[in-house]
Order: sequence, then C-alpha cells, then structure tokens
Amino acid sequence: MTEARVAEAKPSAPAAAQRAAQRRRLVVTLQIAVLALVLGSWELCARTGIVDPFFFGKPSGIVQQIREWIAEGTSLGPLWVQILVTLEETLLGFGIGALLGIVFGVALGRNRLLADVFDVYVKIANSIPRVVLGSIFVVALGLGMASKVALGVVMVFFVVFGNAFQGVREADRNLIANARILGASPRQVTWSVIMPSALGWILASLHVSFGFALVGAVVGEFLGARQGIGLLIATAQGAFNANGVFAAMFILAVVALAAESLITLVENRLLKWRPNQGPDAGF
Amino acid sequence: MPADGASIELKHATRSFTTPTGATLTAIRDVDLIVRAGEFCAVVGPTGCGKSTTLSLISGLAPPSSGEVFLLGKPVTGVDRRVGFVFQSDALFPWRNVLDNVAAGPIFRGMPREEALQRAADWVRRVGLSRFERHHPHQLSGGMRKRVALAQTMINEPKVLLMDEPFSALDVQTRVLMQDELLQLWSTARASVVFVTHDLEEAIALADRVVVMTAGPATVKSSYPIDLPRPRVTSEIRFEPRFVELSRLIWSDLREEVLLSHRRAAGATA
Repeated sequence: MTEARVAEAKPSAPAAAQRAAQRRRLVVTLQIAVLALVLGSWELCARTGIVDPFFFGKPSGIVQQIREWIAEGTSLGPLWVQILVTLEETLLGFGIGALLGIVFGVALGRNRLLADVFDVYVKIANSIPRVVLGSIFVVALGLGMASKVALGVVMVFFVVFGNAFQGVREADRNLIANARILGASPRQVTWSVIMPSALGWILASLHVSFGFALVGAVVGEFLGARQGIGLLIATAQGAFNANGVFAAMFILAVVALAAESLITLVENRLLKWRPNQGPDAGF
Repeated sequence: MPADGASIELKHATRSFTTPTGATLTAIRDVDLIVRAGEFCAVVGPTGCGKSTTLSLISGLAPPSSGEVFLLGKPVTGVDRRVGFVFQSDALFPWRNVLDNVAAGPIFRGMPREEALQRAADWVRRVGLSRFERHHPHQLSGGMRKRVALAQTMINEPKVLLMDEPFSALDVQTRVLMQDELLQLWSTARASVVFVTHDLEEAIALADRVVVMTAGPATVKSSYPIDLPRPRVTSEIRFEPRFVELSRLIWSDLREEVLLSHRRAAGATA
C-alpha cells in the first residue's frame, strides 16, 4: 500500500530530471547547428567565390593548416614549442602582474594617505593605451621573453590593482569592527577580514586579466620575437596566408578557454562559502 | 576620576560628525551614564537617536569629541580586550564555518589553534549548535546566526558586554528564545551589560535598569530601576502586573521622545 503510493508519487522527480536533460540536449543540438551553419556557409561562400578565400580563408583550409602544423611543424619550428613559448610568457605576465596588482591594491586600499597620493598617478597611467608600451619594451628588453612578459605585466596589473583596491574598500565595516573587538591586530584584520572580502573582486579580475596577459604576449610577439603564436600570425600575415592567421587564432582561443575554465575551477573552490555557488550551496 | 564600583562611566560625553556636505551633526550630547559591575543596563530611545554611538564610545571604536569615557576605572583609549560587542547586523565572517567563527577571538588573541577550536566547540555546544559546527553562516537561520554571534563574543569572557539591538532582525518567537538564552549566558558570566534597543518590553524583561534617551542629539533623560525578581523567563514575565506597571511608567516618558523624533522625520521628508 505504502509502496504503491511511493511509486505513484515518485515519477514526478525523474520526470523533472528528464525534462531538464531533454532541454539540455536541445540546447547543445542547437549550438552545434549554429556552428555548422556559420562554418558551412563560410565554406560554401568561399568555394563558390562569393568571398575570396585568398583574403578570408575557409574552414577546410584552416583545418588543413592546423593539421600541417601538427604533422610537419611550422616555419618557426614545432607547433607545441610556439604554444609553450606564448603560454609561458602569458603565465609569467599574468602571475607577476596579478601579484603586484594585489599587493599594491591592498596596500593602497588599507592606507588612505598612500591612496590619496597615488590616486592621480594611477588615473594617468590607466588612461595610457598600454599596448603602445610594447614597442618600448621590445626596444629596451630585446626580442626575447622579457619584453612580452613586461607587456603582459603592465596590462594585467591595472585590472587586478583596480579590483583589489575596490574590494578592500568595499569590505564590510561591521566585519572589521567585529574583528577588532574580538582582538584582531591591524595585520590580522588585513589577512582574515580584508583579504577574504576582496577575494571575490580579485578573482573576478583574474578572469579578465588572463585574456589581457595573452594579448600582451601575442602583441609583444607581433612587434618583434623569434618564437611564439604571435610571430606565427605575423609570419602568416606576411605570406598572405589567411588560413594561417585563423588557425593561430583558433589555437589561441583554445588556450584562453582552457585557462578560463581553470580559473573558474579555482574560484569555485576558494569561494565555496558563498551562497548559490558550487555544488554544495544550500542544503 | 571614575566613580567607585563603576564598570562603565561616561562623563559629559559628546560625539559629533562632519557630514560630507560639511554640516556638523551631533549624535549624542552631554551623556552621563554609570553602569555598575555586573549590572544589566538597557538603553532605550527613538530609532536613530544615537544609542549606537554611545556603544562605540564605550567600545573604543570611536573617540568622544568631548567629555570622558571610563572603562573598569581607566580612560578608554582604544579597543579594550575585556569588551565584547554583539552587533545589530550580521557580523559573522561568511567565509568561515561556525566553529572557526567562534574560535576567531581566541585565535586573534594568540591562543594555539587546537586549543581555540576545542573551546569553540564547547561554546558552540552551549548555544545548542553542535550539529552545525561545519556549516557556513549563509546556511543558518537568523536565530542560529545570532547564537553563533553570542558564542563568538562570550568565548572571550568579556567583563563588559555591549549589545546593539542584537535581536531586532529576528521574528518575535525567536527573539524571546534568544532573550532567555542571553539571560542564561549572562547569569553565569556576570558581565556588565549595556543593551541598546528600541523595544521597551525587551529592555524591561532583560535589564536591572532601563535608561531612556532623548530624541537626537541624544542625552540621558531618565533612569528606572527594574525590580523584577530573577531568574526571569522573558516569555512569561510580560504578563506580571509589575511588568505592566513599569512598561506604562517608562512608556509615558519614552513616548514624547518617540513622537518628537517621528515629527522631525516627517518634517524632513515633507
């Protein structure tokens, strides 16, 4: 009797799950359809001569180019070396820039005098289009890794700095007062209240700034380098090889997406305490 | 010189702020208040009249603009270790679980982590939340969060306990439960308490003495000893004739201030 009732009541839950799964499948199917439509019409237009594949490339050509790079290596050497070089420059620029941004952001956020003194300089520095600095770095630091890392650092620094500063300023005054009453020293307030409060802001800025570090590395390579994806693009451009440019772009996109999902993973882990985030939100 | 036997003493304490528009705003003016050792003193007054400011002066979070504040016989110069403060809004650290929140005070004060966590577990048990040690604040109800806040404060064994409308955000039933819980914790800790509230019944049910403050800038208007016997059960004490009598007496005094404050607010928006 009871069992029958349970069996009766049960189907609603699996039904809801089934509907959700169905919807998910529909979305994925449509997403693939959109991709196929765009790539298909590109290929079609290129083959029928509506767009000139010499200038705009074509999907099959891009696939062909990537295959070739993987199989035979690029004009600069093996493909994976180019990826590694760009990735290393990006990671170094990202790491150093983010670290400096956090340190300066927290320091200025905690010290009103420092903030007032540097406010105007930060504004000026922030208004300069920083990509232009790439030329100076290439001249000053040479064609090696240092110039690309420096450009990445500059691009990442301001984003992370701005967010860290804001995050520190937005820290709940009640929490700070509570920590002080409970016996926290200024240093303990910084580490156990300010930093965790600002963490959400800082992590959000890391999402954006990884892309900036990548732009810094690639632009640096455009301007002068011996290796890297950016140079690969510049070389393809020089050879009027549109497929090569798109192929390099595709590789960059894959790298950026992989890094993005890695940062999201770290973020969810660090911000587990937040409501509606991560799998164990609520009960 | 502070008076003998006083745990807290304010002498002509005034605090004014400069608003962003450049105007000077006086929150409290010429406040004289003495709280004896072990006394439970409730402060009532119209909402936003400067009661909280009085607490920040005692806690050392803010200095007085003029006048003097003494704590346990010494002038207040900063945050004192013997003070506990329960805030009106949630002041738990949202990224720490219940146990780590309660252990925060001892750890800040240099106790080894293991020992602090052991003591914290004991306090979490005392407020009846042992099952929720590993929960984060957002997973708890308002009443449970207040219990954690109480444990977080009491674990430091404060000699002076300051409370700023701690239960105002709770529903009525939970509030009554929390009041009993507070009285029980207080009866074993025997700290001097300054309990700020705008709820007169709450003030009478809990306190040894109720101080009425005027509409802002606030100053002490009158003080009423509450001679209800202890131990008290706050949910039942409201029906005693003496309680009703005291309520009526103090309300007639408080009413004028509430009305005045209300008229001013209405005037400001008109």
